[in-house]
This record gives sequence, structure tokens and C-alpha cells, in this order.
Amino acid sequence: MASIDIANIKKSYGTHPVLHDVDLKISDGEFVVLVGPSGCGKSTLLRMIAGLESVTGGEIRIAGRRVNDLAPKDRDIAMVFQSYALYPHMSVAKNMSYSLRLRKTAKDRIATVVAGAAAKLGLDPLLERRPRALSGGQRQRVAMGRAIVRQPKAFLFDEPLSNLDARLREQMRAEIKKLHKDLGATSIYVTHDQIEAMTLADRIVAMNGGVVQQVGSPLDLYDRPANLFVAGFIGSPGMNFFEGNYQAGEVQRFEMEDGNSIPLDAPPLSNNARVTLGIRPEHVVLAGHGPETLLATVDLVEPTGFGIILHLSLGGASFKAFTNDRSFLTASGTIPVRFPAHYLHFFDAEGRRV
Amino acid sequence: MRANKAFLIIAHRLAILAYIAFALFPLFWLLKVAVTPNDLLYSEGIRLWPSRASLEHFDFVLRHSAFPVFFRNSLIVSGSTAVIVTILASLSGYALSRFRFRGKYWLVTLMLLTQMFPLVMLVAPIFKILSPLGLTNSLTGLVVVYTAFNVPFATFLMQSFFDGIPKDLEEAAMIDGATQFVAFRQIILPLTLPGIAATLGFVFTAAWSELLFSLMLISGNAQATFPVGLLSFVSKFSVDFGQMMAAGVLALIPACLFFLLIQRYLVQGLTAGAVKG
Repeated sequence: MASIDIANIKKSYGTHPVLHDVDLKISDGEFVVLVGPSGCGKSTLLRMIAGLESVTGGEIRIAGRRVNDLAPKDRDIAMVFQSYALYPHMSVAKNMSYSLRLRKTAKDRIATVVAGAAAKLGLDPLLERRPRALSGGQRQRVAMGRAIVRQPKAFLFDEPLSNLDARLREQMRAEIKKLHKDLGATSIYVTHDQIEAMTLADRIVAMNGGVVQQVGSPLDLYDRPANLFVAGFIGSPGMNFFEGNYQAGEVQRFEMEDGNSIPLDAPPLSNNARVTLGIRPEHVVLAGHGPETLLATVDLVEPTGFGIILHLSLGGASFKAFTNDRSFLTASGTIPVRFPAHYLHFFDAEGRRV
Repeated sequence: MRANKAFLIIAHRLAILAYIAFALFPLFWLLKVAVTPNDLLYSEGIRLWPSRASLEHFDFVLRHSAFPVFFRNSLIVSGSTAVIVTILASLSGYALSRFRFRGKYWLVTLMLLTQMFPLVMLVAPIFKILSPLGLTNSLTGLVVVYTAFNVPFATFLMQSFFDGIPKDLEEAAMIDGATQFVAFRQIILPLTLPGIAATLGFVFTAAWSELLFSLMLISGNAQATFPVGLLSFVSKFSVDFGQMMAAGVLALIPACLFFLLIQRYLVQGLTAGAVKG
């Protein structure tokens, strides 16, 4: 196992830059998830660590050794691909042992290691099968098995669960987490699914447009998003945003564009500053009276079984609220809502958190 | 309703049968003339099968003509051409499919360009080039010429097979510890066997039946390939159809054997990528 240092990494294709100065230190045994929308550069970064893409600028170190110009085979890393990339003409056992055979590992040692990995992943009865005779979940397991037989310095995962159906994805997610707990291997995991990021990561790296937006623990990103992008990307249903002005004075207020206003505790803002207010759907309180209570119109009620998502509007702005109270299933007309001050997020005109 | 369906099936089968009969009729005629004794060839008129069949033409062709030499020459030329072209085309097709390099566009254009000239135009210059090299009237010369003409098309053929193999596979192999070449040899090549079979078959038959260059570059029976050899059955005063057809039947055998051998891969190759697998 090893640490991975990424310093000022840049990548461009011709004159088109895709990664700008990415800095990241991943410590030994850590599970780091790179998350972001498609095209944000997360897969490119992973492939650069693997050695499948050249490095335009900066430095990548694995266990202290500079690997910029090292071939993938010399980096001692394992990778799980979205397409699984199993060798179609080899049996499951041969797929899993390929890397060991390339390294001329002794036959009996290979047999032991493969049997161990197969047992761990529940693949024993499938060892002689070809990949085409396996289901999606089984193929995924073989891909994982191929990675773990080698005991590499680090595991790289490139959206490994994207091709699975929802139930299987949930199950494999738990298995990956368990596997990481067992092996304690340094892992870098790329996904566009923020739930995977939240559930798996020790640390999340949120990326957008080739730039790292925020690095932190899942709850860090959830509770204190550094900017509008992270606030909107992490969480489902996503955070609600309202444009408006901050009004200082005896009672500090946030004045929305349609004239509604809510009183709040003072964030460090100048009077009349243009800000975006954010609040998560589950933090919207669907009751109340007094000056901070607003009347919202119910547009749509979405029962999810687990809870209810209410689509509401306030003047011109629409937003969502989440509740477990089933009496809202029949909600209609207008209902009182409250935005508790300690759950509010503020972002300045550049989208940065204040 | 059921009668209608049965009728459609029968009509379908009949149409296939008609097509097969149409396509194979020349082959049948080849065989028929080959077993028809000379005295019956012109006397019996048009019959589907002669009243008396004999193998005398085969006997003559194998024992008293230069056909075995032609046959051997053809086998050497076609076999070597097929193997050399397939090796070259695998490597260049892989490069075109996987690598980005300077001048790739022009290289491809140039290769396409070579396919545009009628071969007849090139016979004289090629003769002029090969003559001082001592490659006229030699099997090696033929192999060189056939290889040169077949490599471009075979390269495109192989490239399309490589394009059908996901890049992830060799990337996975490279991460597993293989060099690019080892990944090519151990992972990609085995998966391209259908493509290799198709290319082998295509080049082999092309070289097997090539007449123009072997006619122009080869003089004398010792180095003649079988298509040229067939012409020797045409003499000044007559055409010995029986012997010619017998030689033709014999010449079909290796081509048939070859395709029988690769047919398993060929079918895979022609349908590869049709189904998500």
C-alpha cells in the first residue's frame, strides 16, 4: 500500500486544457472519491495516475516515487474499468491470474491467491467459465478479483458500477466498502454518482470544468459546501437556491427578488450585497407562524415511499422540501414554510460560500 | 393462415435452392466436363451427366502434364503471400486503429490511392523494376508483387477488426503488467482470429487465381502458377477441355480445404459485433 501525491497536474489535448493545476495528497489506505459531472476531468485524472494518459505538466508520485514517465505496468497499481474489460478468451481463473502469470509467479502461489480472492468474492463455482457466460454483477466481481489478487500499491476504480442496475449497484457498493475495510488499500474511485461518493469515501474530491472545487469528508461537503457547484451537486434532491439581496439594519433580512423576505443571523456581508441563499430540502420546515414564516404554493407532491418530496413555489422561485410526514400527501393550496437560520447557506456573486 | 405460412416457407426454401443451383452450376459443369471422356464431349450434345464417366483426364493431368509443378508453385506463392500479407496487415492495421501519429492521414490516403489504378497500367513499370533485380520469372518476384498489392486492402480489413475490440482490454492488460506489444499478442490477437482468418482467406484466393501478373512476369513452365498453367491446355489447334477442367477441379481442392479450415473463424468474423456480447 502507498500514498499518492498529485502536484500541480495539468492536462491538455492540443491547446484545449482539460485539467488545471490539480493538487491532491492521498494518504496510505485512504479511500478517495473523485466526483463531478461528465467531462469534468475526473476520469482523465485517474487515467493519468494509471499511466494511460500522458502528463502535460506537474508531478505524480506513488509511494514517493515519481511516475510521470513510467509505463502502467511499472506503477504497480490495479484498475477496475467501467466496462469490466475482462479478457473474453480467458476463463475467470485465467482472467484473475493474468497479472500474476505475467510476473512469472509460481503456479501453486497463483492457485492459492486466486482461490483466496474467489472465496472472498463468491466466485468459486464460476472459475472455469468464460466472461460471456457471466451476469453483469458476476463480471464486476471478476474485475474486482483481478485487481485484488495482485496486492498492488493502489486500486483505481473508473465508474465501476455504472453498468449495473440499481439494486446490484447498491449491493456492490456495500461490497466495495467492505473490501476496502478488509484490505485497507489506498483507493481512488471515480464516479458521477454523488450517492456513491457520499457512501464510499473517506474524502471526496468534487471537480468541475477541470478544476478541483472542494476536497473534504462527505459530511464536510454536504454541510459546508465551498461553492454553489458543490452545494448543487452533492445531495439528492439537490439544494434549493434563491437569488436576492442582503439587507443590514436593525433586523437583518434576506430579500428575495419577488419581495418576500426572511430574517436571519448575520453572515459577514455588506449591506445590499447580492447573494444566493441555499437550503437543503430536508431542512425546510413545513409549519410555523410569525414573521419568519412564508406562504408557499404546493405545485406537486412526489411520494417516494421513504418520504415525500414537495415541489413548492414562492413568488417566482420554485423549490423542493422533503418530509417524512405523510399528512402532506394530500397537501394543496398554500402551506406555511420556514427556513431555519442555522441551516442556511450563503454564496456571494462569484458563487463562493460566505 | 397455416397453409399460407407453409407456402411462404416452401417458397423461401425454393428461392434459396434456385440461388444455390445458379451459383454452383459453373462448378458442376466444371466437374461434368472433367469426367466426360473425349469421345463423348462433342458427340452427346448438352446433357447434365455423360452416359459414361471416367477419371482419365485426372490421370493424365496428374501423371503426364506439368500440372503438379504449377500446383506446387501456386501453393508456395499463395501461401507465402497470404501469411506475409496477414502479418504485415495485422501490425499496420493495429497501428492505424490504435496509434495517433504524424502523417497518418496522408498514409491512409496514399494506401487508398494505390487501390485506384487498373493493374494493367502497372504491369510494364513493374516488369521494368523487377527485371534488373532478377525477380522476373521467379516465385519470389510474384510473392513480392502480390504482397505489395494486397497489403493496403488487408490493412483496412484488419483495422476494422481491431476497431471492434475495445481499447479497455489492452489498457487492462497493460495495467496488469503487459507491455503494449505483449497486450497486442496475448489479448488482442487471439480476439482477432476471425479477422485474421478472413484476411488469410481473402489474400490466399486473390493470389491463387491471379493471372495477369503471373502471365507477364513468368515465362516457361518451371515457375508458372496454376492459372497460367491452365492456358497450356490451349494449344494452337485445339483446346483440351477435359484436361483443363480436371486441372481446374484439382486446383479447387486447396482453396476448399483452406476455407473449410478457417470457416469457423470466418463465420464469427463476418458476424462479429452484430450482437452485444
